[in-house]
Amino acid sequence: MSYLVHARIDAARLNSEVCAPHLGGATTFIGSVRRSPEDGPVEAIEYTAYQEMADREFDRIIAEVSDRWPDARVALQHRVGHVPTGEASMAVVAASPHRSDAFAACRYVVEEAKKRVPIWKKEIMAGGTARWRGNSTEQSG
Amino acid sequence: MIRSTGPDSTGSTVSVRLRFFARYAEVLGTDAVTVDLQAPATVAHAVSYVRESLPNGAALPEKPLVAVNLEHVLLHQSINDGDELAFLPPLAGG
Repeated sequence: MSYLVHARIDAARLNSEVCAPHLGGATTFIGSVRRSPEDGPVEAIEYTAYQEMADREFDRIIAEVSDRWPDARVALQHRVGHVPTGEASMAVVAASPHRSDAFAACRYVVEEAKKRVPIWKKEIMAGGTARWRGNSTEQSG
Repeated sequence: MIRSTGPDSTGSTVSVRLRFFARYAEVLGTDAVTVDLQAPATVAHAVSYVRESLPNGAALPEKPLVAVNLEHVLLHQSINDGDELAFLPPLAGG
């Protein structure tokens, strides 16, 4: 099953997938489509992905979480397609026996996903204009 | 899908599939082409092919992010017959 979804993210369902009586701490991160003075009048974001590679990278990131925090469990979803401002684009839930590992594992997934997972976003602005957004453009080597 | 032959088709070649995503697919007007490159070939050779031979190819950076068979790679990575190269615009998940 893919981590990429077209439908709205159900964070409560993700939470239920990982939580268990022996896991005393759970952290949920929800990233949403933002409108701010710096971003301009963003109406929505169109997310596209290289799905085969995105799923493989998410699998790897979760495997890395298991290596670093063996008792932690993680569930996540990332939207693709049209996501209106205010709706969640990504959700990560990490559960662990102790809160420190849950926080750390959750943050690790979010940060690694932003660096490694091939997903792109095109901001749709009020008035119908659009622009691609991203981080690093080229290889450093 | 377009099938093209590289500028120098003498000698042995490797046939590779090039995939473009997001902004690159928009600018190049295609999301996939299959090309034959002179062997031995590297990712850098494929980048040069795109920049010099495809319409609007110069819009591709000289050092783009590239994945071969779903793995992030550097430009000096060698490529083999049947490989899939993906040209990745700046990542923007989350």
